[in-house]
Amino acid sequence: MKNLVLKSVLGASALVLLATAAASAGTLDDVKKKGFVQCGVNTGLAGFAAPNDKGEWSGFDVDYCRAVAAAVFGDATKVKFTPLSAKDRLPALQSGEIDVLIRNTTWTLSRDTQGFDFPGVNYYDGQGFMINSKKLSGINSALQLSGASVCVQAGTTTELNLADYFKANKMQYNPVVFEKLEEVNAAYDAGRCDVYTTDQSGLYAIRLTLSAPDDHVVLPEIISKEPLGPVVRQGDSQWADVVRWTHFALLTAEELGITKANVEELTKSDSPEIKRVLGQEANTKLGTDLGLTNDWVVNIVKAVGNYGELFESNVGAGSKLKIARGINAQWSKGGLQYAMPIR
Amino acid sequence: MASQDITPVGADSAKVSLLNDPRIRGYIYQAVVLAVIFGVGYWVVNNTIANLQRAHLASGFGFLDGRSGFDISSHPFTNYSSDSTYITALYVGFLNTLLVAVAGIITATFLGFIIGVGRLSHNWLIRKLCTVYVEVFRNIPPLLVIFFWYSGVLAILPQARQSIALPFSTYLNNRGFFFPVPVFGEGAWLAGVAFVVALIGTFFVRRWAYKRQMATGQQFPVLWTAAALIIGLPLLAFGLKGFPLTFDRPVLGAFNLSGGSLVGPEFMSLYLALSFYTASFIAEIVRSGIRGVGRGQSEAAHALGLRAGTTTRLVVVPQAMRIIIPPLSSQYLNLTKNSSLAVAVGYPDLFAVGGTILNQTGRSIEVVAIFIIVYLSLSVATSLFMNWFNAKMALVER
Amino acid sequence: MADNNLSFVRTEMLQGQTPPIGERGIVRWIRLNLIATPIDAILTIFAIFLLAWFVPPMINWLFIQASWSGADRAVCSTVAQGGVMPDGWSGACWAYVNANFNQFMYGRYPLDQHWRVNLVGIIFIILLIPLLIPKAPFKVPNAIAFFLVFPFFAFFMLVGGWFGLTYVETATWGGLLVTLVIAFAGIAVSLPLGIVLALGRRSKLPVIKMLCVIFIEMVRGIPLVTVLFMASYMLPLFLPPGVSFDKFLRALIGVALFASAYMAEVVRGGLQAIPKGQYEGADPLGLSYWQKTGLIILPQALKMVIPGIVNTFIGLFKDTSLVSIISMFDLLGTVRQHFNDANWASPQTPISGLIFAGFVFWIFCFGMSRYSIFMERRLDTGHKH
Repeated sequence: MKNLVLKSVLGASALVLLATAAASAGTLDDVKKKGFVQCGVNTGLAGFAAPNDKGEWSGFDVDYCRAVAAAVFGDATKVKFTPLSAKDRLPALQSGEIDVLIRNTTWTLSRDTQGFDFPGVNYYDGQGFMINSKKLSGINSALQLSGASVCVQAGTTTELNLADYFKANKMQYNPVVFEKLEEVNAAYDAGRCDVYTTDQSGLYAIRLTLSAPDDHVVLPEIISKEPLGPVVRQGDSQWADVVRWTHFALLTAEELGITKANVEELTKSDSPEIKRVLGQEANTKLGTDLGLTNDWVVNIVKAVGNYGELFESNVGAGSKLKIARGINAQWSKGGLQYAMPIR
Repeated sequence: MASQDITPVGADSAKVSLLNDPRIRGYIYQAVVLAVIFGVGYWVVNNTIANLQRAHLASGFGFLDGRSGFDISSHPFTNYSSDSTYITALYVGFLNTLLVAVAGIITATFLGFIIGVGRLSHNWLIRKLCTVYVEVFRNIPPLLVIFFWYSGVLAILPQARQSIALPFSTYLNNRGFFFPVPVFGEGAWLAGVAFVVALIGTFFVRRWAYKRQMATGQQFPVLWTAAALIIGLPLLAFGLKGFPLTFDRPVLGAFNLSGGSLVGPEFMSLYLALSFYTASFIAEIVRSGIRGVGRGQSEAAHALGLRAGTTTRLVVVPQAMRIIIPPLSSQYLNLTKNSSLAVAVGYPDLFAVGGTILNQTGRSIEVVAIFIIVYLSLSVATSLFMNWFNAKMALVER
Repeated sequence: MADNNLSFVRTEMLQGQTPPIGERGIVRWIRLNLIATPIDAILTIFAIFLLAWFVPPMINWLFIQASWSGADRAVCSTVAQGGVMPDGWSGACWAYVNANFNQFMYGRYPLDQHWRVNLVGIIFIILLIPLLIPKAPFKVPNAIAFFLVFPFFAFFMLVGGWFGLTYVETATWGGLLVTLVIAFAGIAVSLPLGIVLALGRRSKLPVIKMLCVIFIEMVRGIPLVTVLFMASYMLPLFLPPGVSFDKFLRALIGVALFASAYMAEVVRGGLQAIPKGQYEGADPLGLSYWQKTGLIILPQALKMVIPGIVNTFIGLFKDTSLVSIISMFDLLGTVRQHFNDANWASPQTPISGLIFAGFVFWIFCFGMSRYSIFMERRLDTGHKH
């Protein structure tokens, strides 16, 4: 017995530390050195970021992470995903646990000035309400919701908009607040609250996971602007540029009709614009100036497709969500997505 | 601190190397440890400042005066709205923590005493039942008990439209427990005055009865008199004013029951779980406390002709309390700390509200500092109170 | 007086009579144990009513009505809820536990690598059992293997990336695996750290004493979630930019530091119970502080507080469930994660999953507490000062 005790004292050395030290240079260098992009995503939002049974991630935001990896390494598999709750996401980015956060994060002034940078908007969204139309059959407008219990995720802009909207319309409500998206979903599905509020895209995604999706309707009102996009730490413009231009590359590819299927073929195209974008111009420095290789756009499109393809397959017509392109269409088709020229 | 004026005198002190003098060595050890601690502290602070600057984060507690912008579902005792400041939001969270902790402590103590005494019962069935209770709840995590109540029991309750109607216009559904609140009309103040008068009266009756018992040995039914005073006097005053009392009863509205007041399932599950879980520990403490009082004590009391109830009340319990109080106070502390598990079911306690504020403002260091300060002060306050109580009980034992 | 020929004295004894019916067998037992006094009788009736009200429906729900196997939520929900069970049915949904059992044990640990976890588990048991049996030989090598060699072995096996083993991210770990790893690592770290802190708290050096007191009292005063929260969000802020810990490791550090403060108080209790003579006896032998502590004081002190240590272990084991609050998936977290699985969401799913998780936790904790009682009895000899 005595020996056991003595030896257990010696067990102090059983402490195994695993510190992954990296130089504190720019994020791009860090990422290249460690060999993968650590990407913060949603814990599970169908169409945007959700793991399947085998732990493989898929979704719109996930494909954006892959696109960044493809841009940096020419290999879309060199990315690791960190599922983050709404509350954890910004501290995780701040602390350097992740390199880029692509998790339906709304671009706001206060976030932009609190140490974060938003390289672009990959999805223009707005906050909406969902109700169980079977139980609340008479309701077809958010203005009829006075007195309702509203399920909302803690620490989101959604929570703030909700308070503002009900206050502005002089309505009462009872917030039911949870930390994790799954908890909010479960509470709504169990009838703990009458109304679910979050970004409309999210509502469509969540509806699919409810036990009776057809009973639920998304009300028409959009009560806020929610420009969702990737987030990086402030003060690292090189890395912000990589993420920003990855987004623009996806948009530009769609504009120019470059798709996953034809990108290989189009590298031999004669069109000066396509040549320039795909890095086929002689002595081009567009990619290397960004800190990447010159065929970065080829790598991105080869790996994940263009913006339109991403949209359709993950959240649009080709998915279960069937969200219309709406304001996320290209500027030339009446939407808001407008890529700065790659030249 | 160390006494510096005692310097070793004599021949051998010169021979001993300074390094072998335990006192000097002690100083060296301490200096080294201090240096290491300060070094690490400096390093940490430096890193933190560098990290904050790198992330362009402001620091300081000034943000607490800002408008919170979010609503909190349960804010008893305060008039909170989304226009209130962050500090008010934290205060609401703090009150909610206190509320659930105090309610939990009271219930857990009652339950724990009953079960602890039950484990010592002569009745085999009661003894076994209490043992099963203790062994079950002691060995599962409190978080699991909270979820058990929340998603296992309370979520299965019917929807608002099919509420279970209970007596006295109370309703139970998956939105919580709804009950009427009394609304006092004009003149109700007299009842309040009567209540205070009754309390003062009770105090004097008790003193008089004690004096009389000391002097003559005759007992006076203080308990009954007190009950009559405290209940009867306000009732009489109320009657004089013609019962100016109405009830705000819950009625079914468009979405939910409206009116009256409600206790949400978040509070209920947290409160029930903390009470049930902690009660199993308190039961064990009570059991060992009572067993710690020698058998001879109760035998002697029986020999004096005291009945079983009187023996327990006047002989066993006061002595057992001495053993029970110190571990009991640490259970109270545990319950208070476990109340931070509220975040798992969305009850807006200090930890949950603080987490939301952290997320809205990004001030992680300040918010965590507030957590530590508040929980530490709660701990210190509880220990101080229990120490005072312990000292009081120890005097009684004399 | 000495005359023993008196005829009225019996020479042979009567056969002893059987006691009256109320004084023997089951009747006596019932009389003494169930209806000794009127109050006892009332309590017994009350208890029987309670049992009759509670136990048969529970058995019915847990076993008889339970649905044991199936592919999706249909087997656990009534026709009205979109399933196959008759309306009004209510029973445990063990099919859900059955279908997700692998997830509950290993989380998302790659399926083809499960043998690594199993191997670590088997070696853990092989090393642990002889350690727990007081009479088993080779305590010293056994303890060295268990506390010093095994953690490294387990680390290399589970994480991989060496000797041809594929690297498995800690982010994919989950279920009971995470619970056990955190609990074991917490125990292995908190015991030595707790001893050091306890010695520090009783040290005569004021600075060291003060530091230990501050650490112990601070950690004991705040909830574990706060500590985990700090470990998870603040630790990276304290480190130089670019240095980051694995998230799993951060939670581990949080749990271990938390438990060591409690361990320190338990050990201190043991140290305080050592009579002064033991210290005074050691001094004239010329033993240094560490020799005195390591060879004389600690072995006695620790032996005395083994029940307290095991209780701290039980607390730590239960506390591992809190890591689910910082988005890690231990057993409880994994079970809860699957509640919302569209495949399995039914009114019976959450409670079934929670009962399963509770049962697993209970087995471990109950086992530990029984062992603690066993050791308490064994060690009860010769230590009455």
